[in-house]
Amino acid sequence: MDKGVIYFPSKPSILAAGVVVGPLEKRSVFVQNFDLVYDDELADQKTNEQGHQIMIEEAAQIALQKKKLTKDSLDFFIGGDLVNQMTPTNFAAATIASPFIGMYSACATSTSSVIIASLLTELGGSQYALAGAASHHNAIERQFRYPVDYGGQKPATAQWTVTAAGYALIGKHQEGEPCIEAATIGKVADFQQSDPFHMGAAMAPAAFSTIQQHLKGRGQTVQDYDVIMTGDLGKVGLPILKEMLRQAGLTTKQLETVRDGGAEYYGDNPLFLAGASGAGCSASVFFSEILAELKSGRMKRVLLVATGALLSPLSVQQNQSIPTVAHAIEVTMK
Amino acid sequence: MIASFIMAFVVGGLICVIGQLLMDVGKLTPAHTLSILVVTGAILSGFGLYEPLIDFAGAGATIPITSFGNSLAHGALAEAEKHGWIGVLTGMFEVTSSGISAAIVFGFIGALLFRSKGNID
Amino acid sequence: MNPKDYEQLQTQLSPKTPILKNVLKAFLVGGIICTIGQAITFFYMANFDFTERTAGNPTVSTMIFIAMLLTGFGLYKKLGQFGGAGSAVPVTGFGNAVISAAIEHKTEGFVLGVGGNIFKLAGSVIVFGVVSAFLVALIKLILVTIGVTDW
Repeated sequence: MDKGVIYFPSKPSILAAGVVVGPLEKRSVFVQNFDLVYDDELADQKTNEQGHQIMIEEAAQIALQKKKLTKDSLDFFIGGDLVNQMTPTNFAAATIASPFIGMYSACATSTSSVIIASLLTELGGSQYALAGAASHHNAIERQFRYPVDYGGQKPATAQWTVTAAGYALIGKHQEGEPCIEAATIGKVADFQQSDPFHMGAAMAPAAFSTIQQHLKGRGQTVQDYDVIMTGDLGKVGLPILKEMLRQAGLTTKQLETVRDGGAEYYGDNPLFLAGASGAGCSASVFFSEILAELKSGRMKRVLLVATGALLSPLSVQQNQSIPTVAHAIEVTMK
Repeated sequence: MIASFIMAFVVGGLICVIGQLLMDVGKLTPAHTLSILVVTGAILSGFGLYEPLIDFAGAGATIPITSFGNSLAHGALAEAEKHGWIGVLTGMFEVTSSGISAAIVFGFIGALLFRSKGNID
Repeated sequence: MNPKDYEQLQTQLSPKTPILKNVLKAFLVGGIICTIGQAITFFYMANFDFTERTAGNPTVSTMIFIAMLLTGFGLYKKLGQFGGAGSAVPVTGFGNAVISAAIEHKTEGFVLGVGGNIFKLAGSVIVFGVVSAFLVALIKLILVTIGVTDW
């Protein structure tokens, strides 16, 4: 059997989603599908981390409001971020006050959270569960790299951590809503990449392995999908993934199906170098743009493959390589 | 006067070029690059080569971080000459205190005045 | 695919570091910063009681003050992205490393945050400067003592 591939017979639905972003994300090509854009990256709080927490709470609140629910009707809250010990999500979970498990899959947390929420729903243990992820540029940069105002030169392969929070409301199957048919929990890939300013190269093999695993396990080909979208490989990582898929036998036509949220996020703006990254990147693209495409019927079946680099500042300084992982969810619309 | 400006520009620029090559070709982090340049400055000072460079290039030699290694070594050498073994330790910050004290004071004032912003332009 | 083949593939598809362009930009930015330093040196020599040698100290302090303003207004990181080593190697880059860390850690308070982290980035420069200066002076002292060389 193909390990990691999960099929959901009851087809849990994505009932609604909330996506909030920071001020720079106004320039995203996906901006018209975001629910709320903050003008202040601190969200009127004192610290970046508190602003981060407020954005998570707001995204959760918006998702619930769309179905006219309050947080009391929530059975589970599952999510994470990239700050040490995920304190912003933990504090947000304290506000939301529903049963909570923190998820850390780095930037692949958006889909790993949805997988857990779908499993809880499939088991019959959950009526409504919120699943998602978030990141905050300033809070993450200072932790993983340098102080925000430090004048270091970033290479063209570097990506820009987005300030965004995206949460999806997962519930029992409902007609007329996109539903989660299957998922693949990815294996950790380590191809001995060690450049923390070149995440795309580190993560592409993880995306490749998870996509192959999912198609094989489900007996599908790329043609079965309207789009296969990775999370944040960026403008350099995406061509690497495509080349790996091409070598595995995909045609140029088939490769057009493969897109990447991080590569498209800020359009062609050169200031953002190789594009967007961060746990909030895949969450804010998948739960806004892609859900809208599914709901409108323009897309019928998509594979969402969030990609995460499982490094820490410590592991980089100790000269270790960057292990990466990708988790996929197959979302369909009747 | 014009000649001093040109010398400062050329020599200062060239030291930065060495730094850029260490980062781009040597694949070093900024911290590694700057540490190597500081050590280089101290060694040049030991051979008595850095002071002539300052006479020649002015700010082109005093502004790059190599100058920091030079002043540390210069202070230590001057005191060692006067006081022997003890001087090696006591003289170090004699010449170079201004850079570090300015960085600490302005760092503190900066923290009072500003907050970090994730602006891109 | 093994890591070695993959390394080859990713190197092929990743943009190369534009070394020549970076070097030219570093030369230009570094040169300009040092020229500004020279102008400040002349200013101190003309208006105060400083010589070419002693004007170095107030020049360095003034340059770090300018670095504080540029860092605080978020401009030094833009200069750094363009100039690379050209803005990192001059003493203003040292100032930027200290000041950006101080500003960043303000949220953890002035004692644990600013005080504890101000040399987070620039500390290694001080450590290696001091240790190498110590060794240089020690070696020279030994050489002078045994009569190989003189001061």
